[in-house]
Amino acid sequence: MSNDPTALTAASSAALVKSGELDASDLFEAWLGRAELDTFGALSWIAQAGESPEQVDGPLGGVPLAVKDLFCTEGVPSQSGSKILEGYKPPYTASVVEALAKSGAPLLCKTHQDEFAMGSSNENCAFGPVLNPWDKSRVPGGSSGGSAVAVAAGLAPWALGTDTGGSIRQPAALCGIVGLKPTYGSVSRYGMIAFASSLDQAGPLTQDVTDAALLFSQMIARDPRDATSVGHQESIHLPDRRDLTGVRLGVPEELSGDGIEPGVRATFEETLERARELGAEVVPCPLPHAPHALSAYYLIAPAECSSNLARFDGVRYGQRVDPGDGLDAMYSATRAAGFGPEVRRRIMLGTYALSSGYYDAYYGRAQRVRTLIQRDFDEAFANCDAIVTPTSSSVAFPLGSRTADPLSMYLSDFCTVPMSLAGIPAISIPNGMSEGLPTGFQIAGPAFAENSILGIAHALESSIQFDRSGARV
Amino acid sequence: MTDWEAVIGLEIHVQLATQTKMFCSCSPVFGDDPNTHTCPVCLGLPGALPVANAQAVHLGLMIGLALGCSLASQSVFHRKNYFYADSPKGYQISQFDQPLCGPGNLAGVRIHRVHLEDDAAKLIHASESGRIAGADSSTVDFNRAGTPLAEIVTEPDLHSAAQAREWLALLRTTLRTLGVSDVSMDEGSLRCDANISLRRVGDQTLGTKTELKNMNSFRFVERGIEAEIIRQRELLDSGQTVTQETLHFDPRSGSLTTLRSKEEAHDYRYFPEPDLLPVEVTEAMIASARDALPELPIERAARYVSELQIDDVLAERLAGDAELAEFFDAVVEAADKSIEARVLATWVSDDAAGRAGDDGLLASKLEPAALAELVALVDDGSITTAAGRTVLDQLFEVGGSPAAIVSDQGLGKVDGGDELEAAVDAAIAAEPEAAEKVRAGEQKALGPLVGVVMKHTSGRADGGEVRKLLLERLGS
Ligand SMILES: [Zn+2]
Repeated sequence: MSNDPTALTAASSAALVKSGELDASDLFEAWLGRAELDTFGALSWIAQAGESPEQVDGPLGGVPLAVKDLFCTEGVPSQSGSKILEGYKPPYTASVVEALAKSGAPLLCKTHQDEFAMGSSNENCAFGPVLNPWDKSRVPGGSSGGSAVAVAAGLAPWALGTDTGGSIRQPAALCGIVGLKPTYGSVSRYGMIAFASSLDQAGPLTQDVTDAALLFSQMIARDPRDATSVGHQESIHLPDRRDLTGVRLGVPEELSGDGIEPGVRATFEETLERARELGAEVVPCPLPHAPHALSAYYLIAPAECSSNLARFDGVRYGQRVDPGDGLDAMYSATRAAGFGPEVRRRIMLGTYALSSGYYDAYYGRAQRVRTLIQRDFDEAFANCDAIVTPTSSSVAFPLGSRTADPLSMYLSDFCTVPMSLAGIPAISIPNGMSEGLPTGFQIAGPAFAENSILGIAHALESSIQFDRSGARV
Repeated sequence: MTDWEAVIGLEIHVQLATQTKMFCSCSPVFGDDPNTHTCPVCLGLPGALPVANAQAVHLGLMIGLALGCSLASQSVFHRKNYFYADSPKGYQISQFDQPLCGPGNLAGVRIHRVHLEDDAAKLIHASESGRIAGADSSTVDFNRAGTPLAEIVTEPDLHSAAQAREWLALLRTTLRTLGVSDVSMDEGSLRCDANISLRRVGDQTLGTKTELKNMNSFRFVERGIEAEIIRQRELLDSGQTVTQETLHFDPRSGSLTTLRSKEEAHDYRYFPEPDLLPVEVTEAMIASARDALPELPIERAARYVSELQIDDVLAERLAGDAELAEFFDAVVEAADKSIEARVLATWVSDDAAGRAGDDGLLASKLEPAALAELVALVDDGSITTAAGRTVLDQLFEVGGSPAAIVSDQGLGKVDGGDELEAAVDAAIAAEPEAAEKVRAGEQKALGPLVGVVMKHTSGRADGGEVRKLLLERLGS
C-alpha cells in the first residue's frame, strides 16, 4: 500500500479511517494539498487549510467531498456557474450536502460547471472553461465538468454532481470515471439551484463503482422539504458482482448505431463481448421514440428553466444592474449582464414554448413524447434487466469546436437524455480508450434498480480494468 | 334611452387562517415588522422548494363544501409567470385548469370555482398616497409573501352594486362562520375584484367587461361598481363602446383610472408546477372537512325560523352576522326556557346590536347570560322595558349583574303605593291645562300627564297603571 492516502479510492480510505489506520483530519489535509494542484480551472472554492471540519463517525469515514457549484452551501459561494450569482453565499445548505456531511463526507471544495447546468462542455461557465486532464486542449464534458475533472485528476476523492440530460454521465465518460444519475425522486433537490425541476437529480461522480454505491447509499432520503422526493425502495449495498450469468442486456439500435464515432462504437462492442463472456445474454431492444427524446428535452428543460430562472431579478440577491429607469429596465439590464448567451438562448426558447397559443404545440406535445419514451422503457424492461449504450457518441472534443453550433452541442446528450426523460437510473463507467481518450459505457435500469445496475457495472468494471492513472496530476 | 342591465361577477381573494404559509413553515402574520417572517422558500432564494400546506387544502375543501361546490379528486398547481417586485420567485403558484373546487352556489349566485394559491409580497411605496404613482422609491415586505389564499370566482350572476355588496357580506359571514379566515377587508385578508359589463335588458349575450381591482371595503365595492356602471352606461348611451381594461377605483375622488389595457394583458405562461405533486383529494380528507363544518348562516336562519319561531327577516338579520348569531345562541342557551326566543331575538338584534356599533358586540362588556337575566326581569314584570334599556346601557359600559344594577340604582318597578300616587298628583299640578281637558273627557290629553309621571319615576312605572290612576284622580 502506498503511503499516500489520496492514491486510494474513497471507499478504501473510509475503511482505513474506520479501522483506525488513517486519521480523518490527516486525510482531509492531504486532500486539501491535492485540491491545490488544480490547473484545469475545475475548482471554484477550496476549504481553508488547518480548518478541517469536525469529525463525525459515519459510514463515509471522513472522506472529503467535492461539490458542484450549484448546491447551496451555507456561507460558501454557490454561483451555479453564473455571473448573476457571482460571490453569492446562501444562508442555508442543500439537504443532500448536509446529509453527506452528517454521514462523514465533509465539504472539501466546490467545482465549476456550465452556467445553471446548461451545457455539455463546461465552456458555458462564467468563470472560464474547465480543461480535460487527459488532454488540456479538450473539454471535460458538462455540465458537471468540474466535478468530473476533480475526481479524474485526483484533486478530490469523490464528487457530487447533477444530471438533467446527461450532466453527470457525459463528463464522467469524457474524463474516464464513474457517474451515476439516480432514479428521479430518490435524492432531495432542496438547495440545488434549479435548471429543469422535473429532470434535475443529484448523483455521485467517483473513481470506481464501489465508491459510487457508497456515496449514493448516503444520499437517498425522503426529504420533507422536497415534495417530489420519495427516497428509495431499498437500501443500497456495495456491489460484489463478478459475473453476469442470467443477466439480459438490451441494446437499442436507436442509441448505439448511427451517429456514434467508430472508435467509441468499437469499445462499446468490446464491452458487449466481455459481457457475453461474463455470462450475459445480449439482446436487441427497440426504443422507437428515443430519437425524438432530444427534441422533447429541448422544449421541456428550457420551458422549466425560463420559469426557474425568473427569480434572478436583481431585487433580493446576486448581481444588480440598475440604469435608474424603473423596474423593468433594471430587470432587463440585470439579466442581460448576468446571464451568458446559452442561458439567454434557453430562456428565450422556453418562454416561447410556454406562450399562450404555442403551449399545446410545443410544451404539451413534448410532454406527450416524454410519456411515449417512458412507455418504450417500460416495454423494454419487460424483456431485459438493463439497457446498455455508449454514454457519449464521441470522446472529449476540442475546446471551442462546438460552441458556434448549439445543435451539434445538444447532440452530445443524444444517448443520455432518454433516461432523464423517463426518470430512470443510469450509470456510466469507463470503457477503454479511443484516440487516446476515455469512452463511456452506459447501463440503465428500471426505476429504483440502482442496486441492479451497480452490480452489472461492478462486474464489467472488474473485467475492463480501466487504467485511469493517465489523468492524475 | 335604452334600458341597460348590469352583469357583475366577483373574484374574491381570502387569506386562509393557517398555522404556516402556503408552501413553507413561516407563520403568516399581519402587522409585524417587515421581513421578520421569511425563509429561503418565501423569499424565493435559489434552490428552495415549495411544499403544499395540508391545512390550506383542508380549509379550501371546507369553503368548497360550504359553497356547495363539487370537489376535485385531483387538483394541480400551476406556475403563473410574471415579473414584478412583489413576486419573489418570478411566478405565483396557483391552480389553473384543475382547481380544488368546481361549480357551486351561494344564495342563488353560482360559484364558478375555488382554488388555492400563494399571496404576493407587499410593496410599500414612498409617496403621499401610498400608491406607486409619484413614489420616489418602493420597498418590499415579504411577510405576506406565500400567505395561503383561496380565490373564489363567481359566475356573472349579480346585477347591481347593492346586490353585489349584500352578497359579498353574506359570503364574508359564511367564511367567518367557517373560521377559515379573518375576512378583514381593512387588513387585506378579504379582497374583492369585480368584472362588470352592461347589456340591453333581455339580451342573452354579455357585453364587453372591465375588471375593477382591489376594492378594500364593502362601501368601496358598492361605490366602485356603481361608478363603473354609470361610466359604461354613459359610454353606451352616447354611442361609444366599452374597452376591455383593468381599472382602479379611487374612493377619495370617486374616479376610475386605467391600470392596464387588454393589449397590456400578461401572458402568464401557465404550466404545471414541477416542484409539486398533484393534490390527491381523498374521501378521508373530504370527510374531515365536512366534520369541521359549523352551522352555516343560511342553515342557521332556517333553524331560527323553524325551531325558535322567529320571523324570516329577524332570523336572516341575526344569522347574517356570525358574531351576532353566536351571541344570540349564547343568550338563548342561558335564558329561562319560559322566555320566548323571539323576545330574546329582539333584545339582541335591536337593543344590544344597536348599541354595539362598528366594534361589534364582542368588544363590549355585555355577557350573553347577563342579557338573558335582564330580559327575564322585564318579562316577569320586575322592571319596565324602559328601565331594562337603562340597565342595558350599564351592562354595555361596565358589565356586571342586572339584578345588582336594578337594586343599586333603584330601578325596580314603581308598584302603585305612595310613590306613584305622589307622582300622579305632581303631574296634575304641573299640567293643569291637560288635567282640565281630561276632566272634560278629552282622553288624548292624558299623554303629557303620563310623560311627566314617567319622567319623575325615571321610567320605572307601568304605563297602564299610570293611566288608570290618572283617570281615577281626574274623575272621568
Ligand atoms: Zn417562509
